[in-house]
Amino acid sequence: MAHKEPHPDHDLIQGEWTEKTLVEKLLEPVEKPAPRPWRVVVAVGAALTLVWLYSLFVTFVKGLGTWGINQPVAWGFDIVHFVWWIGIGHAGTLISAILVLMRQNWRDSLNRVTEAMTLFAVLAAATYPLIHMGRPQLFYWVMPYPTHMALWPQYKSPLSWDVLAIMTYLTISTLFLYLGLIPDLALLRERSKGWRRKLYGWLSLGWTGNAVHWQRYRAVYVLLAGLATPVVISVHSVVSMDFAYGLVPGWHLTVFPPFFAAGAIYSGFAMALTLIIPLRKWYRLEGVITDRHLDWMAKVTLASGLGVAYIYLLEIFIAWYAGEPAEWAQQLWRMTGPYAPYYWAMMLINVVLLQTLWFPRFRKNLTWLFIFSILANVGMWLERFVIVIISLSHDFLPGNFHLYYPTWVDWTLFLGTIGFFLFGLALFIRIFPPIAVAEMVHLFHRLRKH
Amino acid sequence: MLYGLMAYFDSAERLLEALRVLKEKGYRHLEALTPNPVEGIEEVLGGDGRIPWIAFGLGVLGVGLGLFLQIYTTLDYPHNAGGKPLLGWPAFIPVTFELTILTITVGIFLFLLYMNGLPLAAHPAVRAKEYVRVLLDEYGIFVYATDPRFDLEGTRALLRELGAEVEEVRRD
Repeated sequence: MAHKEPHPDHDLIQGEWTEKTLVEKLLEPVEKPAPRPWRVVVAVGAALTLVWLYSLFVTFVKGLGTWGINQPVAWGFDIVHFVWWIGIGHAGTLISAILVLMRQNWRDSLNRVTEAMTLFAVLAAATYPLIHMGRPQLFYWVMPYPTHMALWPQYKSPLSWDVLAIMTYLTISTLFLYLGLIPDLALLRERSKGWRRKLYGWLSLGWTGNAVHWQRYRAVYVLLAGLATPVVISVHSVVSMDFAYGLVPGWHLTVFPPFFAAGAIYSGFAMALTLIIPLRKWYRLEGVITDRHLDWMAKVTLASGLGVAYIYLLEIFIAWYAGEPAEWAQQLWRMTGPYAPYYWAMMLINVVLLQTLWFPRFRKNLTWLFIFSILANVGMWLERFVIVIISLSHDFLPGNFHLYYPTWVDWTLFLGTIGFFLFGLALFIRIFPPIAVAEMVHLFHRLRKH
Repeated sequence: MLYGLMAYFDSAERLLEALRVLKEKGYRHLEALTPNPVEGIEEVLGGDGRIPWIAFGLGVLGVGLGLFLQIYTTLDYPHNAGGKPLLGWPAFIPVTFELTILTITVGIFLFLLYMNGLPLAAHPAVRAKEYVRVLLDEYGIFVYATDPRFDLEGTRALLRELGAEVEEVRRD
């Protein structure tokens, strides 16, 4: 055979591997004893989850009076955190869906763990609207069902779109994750014993690797990727309309859907970096999650972050240009009012510090990348704080202006979902491989054959 | 009881070649088992072009469901929201879109399982002692003993000739 140029993506899998050793490596998190940091994450996650359950208990028993919400800030931390978590979920779907369609080979080592991240982020997010209802046992009122009151949901309201958007998103991302897992589950079924064999056996649905099945499987996988792509964009756009349809100064902007979508991708990629940098270190996955992967992720973070930064500046311009006094007063309130430190901290992170990612020196410095990925999510938390709370605290009538004071229940509900997220993800990667084995072996095969 | 013969090949090319030969010889009841999708398998085993059409059908159903839900509930309890037209269709786009995607996704997933005959509790090929190899790095062909052309010695010789390592699969 004539000598060939190496595959342009040949360095996506580094080191000397055969299919067998690669599979052994990728299944290590599931089959070998867990490294010490994993235990720490589980312990911290479980502890915070218990705290979460306690604050949920307090909320249910005593009611929403235990939260800091009141008039005019009736949407407090619950909605801030709902939007924050939903945004984080977006990177998973983006990596698994959009990058499939674009045939980006580097997604293969990242998609599983980010899809799992999406699942737990969306689950965490979904709890907030439920508990914010005050009477969560009546959650089914948001669904269209024939009631004795003969009422239906109002489908001209973005809030009822949101219900369906979030539920579609949760269903699609779960199915996508599961579909991708099926071949790996079959492999694990054949390699394990006892209860694990039973579990994987049930979940793998009897997948045998039949070549005709594979062909249909790929067709459906690519089709679902194509469908998930517009859903990613639509979900956060619908979330943004919850705000943009309102008349509150600072909310009533047509730019909100792209603003939220860009912010979601930015925060999602930042969270993915926060998770993947330690994961690859603890499990020594440098051969399959290479520096090039992290560099690509940093570039996507930069690109989406620049979209966010641009709209921050646009918001200021529009507030002035529109000539609406309440809008301009809101902008000044953000920049000079009692919440100004939050606003400027957001600007510092998402506009100024973001620019470091232009430089390879910073992008390739994993310590900085890790720190920045956490800062970016702090910045995105501040952004939602600015949008939800600062806007509501200063609407049209000066007599209405009031500040927002979160209570310990608000804070523990937030810390609790972080704990739940970490706990869920840690358990997930202990039971299911955090890197898609079948896809990586397929990639390995293609790169080597070239 | 003999279930059939499991043949292990070390490359996808050999698998395709062997499948071609077996088909020519008139074998019908066989399955190719591979660790990942094999390019060119459609030419040998036949393609399945139904998926896009099923997805399209499900999509039409989803659009119908979405529009029906919103138009029916609006007409059943007419409510003036912000002075907008009762059936102001632009407001119906998001829900119709989400329900379309939801219907296609759930539907096509169930269809995929149905077309692939899953969930499947037991499969004779999985009883092969070395079965896990076809999930790792090798390519397998399972020839059922029920195939009209099946002849234990003859088929085994043929598969070996095609470059395979052959294993008899029996019920223990």
